[in-house]
Amino acid sequence: MAILFIAQRVTAFVLAAAVAVHLGTILYAVRGGLMAAEILARTHGNMQFALFYAVFVIAVAIHAPIGLRNIFREWTQWGGRPLDAVLAAFSLLLVFLGMRAVFAVYGV
Amino acid sequence: MREVLGVDVWRGTEQGAFQAFAIPRRQHQTVLDVVTEIQREHDATLSYRFACRVGMCGSCAMVVNGRPRWTCRTRVNEVVSDDERLRLEPLRNFAVVKDLAVEMTQFFDKWEAAHGYFEPGPQPEKDFAVVPPDTKKRQFANAGIECIGCGVCYSACDVVSWDRGYLGPAALNRAWTLVNDIRDRGQRERLDAVSDNNGCQACHTHMSCTRFCPKGIEPTYAIAGLKRAMFRWSAG
Repeated sequence: MAILFIAQRVTAFVLAAAVAVHLGTILYAVRGGLMAAEILARTHGNMQFALFYAVFVIAVAIHAPIGLRNIFREWTQWGGRPLDAVLAAFSLLLVFLGMRAVFAVYGV
Repeated sequence: MREVLGVDVWRGTEQGAFQAFAIPRRQHQTVLDVVTEIQREHDATLSYRFACRVGMCGSCAMVVNGRPRWTCRTRVNEVVSDDERLRLEPLRNFAVVKDLAVEMTQFFDKWEAAHGYFEPGPQPEKDFAVVPPDTKKRQFANAGIECIGCGVCYSACDVVSWDRGYLGPAALNRAWTLVNDIRDRGQRERLDAVSDNNGCQACHTHMSCTRFCPKGIEPTYAIAGLKRAMFRWSAG
């Protein structure tokens, strides 16, 4: 479907930028102490980064299930509404786990 | 060059076996010459398809030594194996009618499914359409218009091999030529038709169609063009 194809391409653009920022953030965030408590002390309450990672999580939750849908449809006999339902649930799971992590790292 | 060419020819339908023939080797013989000689001199029950013999009709395509080819314009010299053998099979991704003849119905049904036909609209235009030859659209259409419907690209396509619903390179190439036809009035329906699950976005850009098209057409780029058109269409 055109809408899924376009959604996956657009989120790919978002992820290409987001992954680059994410890798930079990893290098930056570990400076000045590698203990979890030290890192969290620097990240907690940073709303800009919280927003950035929220966008990242949503892009992943859109991008990954569409790619998995294509793989399942091409390489297995599985398709149709049951597959779409499972992958929609998977998308929600990614949102839940991702947002939970964003809140844990950047929340107040 | 040896004097005798060893030819293994597929006999049967989906089930079958290769039958070996020994054919005199000639300087400029084509693969189609070889098949014709087998049928006329060795085994009259061999089934294959041809018409024009000069690369216009698109009916003689087969898999020759593992690669899809138009056999009338393929010389044995170009494709024979090092041990001077030819292995002839029916086109891949088609149902086999018998021996080297395949069932083309599904292939051409997909042209129709991709709206690969000109749609003039409800009323004839009042005047002739002016299509300047140097416009981008006319050049895009030109690039794909010489398709002879031989099925080589469809046979070469891996996506068709794992998804029989996929419209395939030839149908999508035809749709792309029409997307670039400024006279056509059925663009919305065509773009809808080529952008469902079996349409252009299923292409993996393996480029086998472009590699093997005997007319030098590049369906991969036509499909990429359809993806862009679909994007623009959806964005309004």
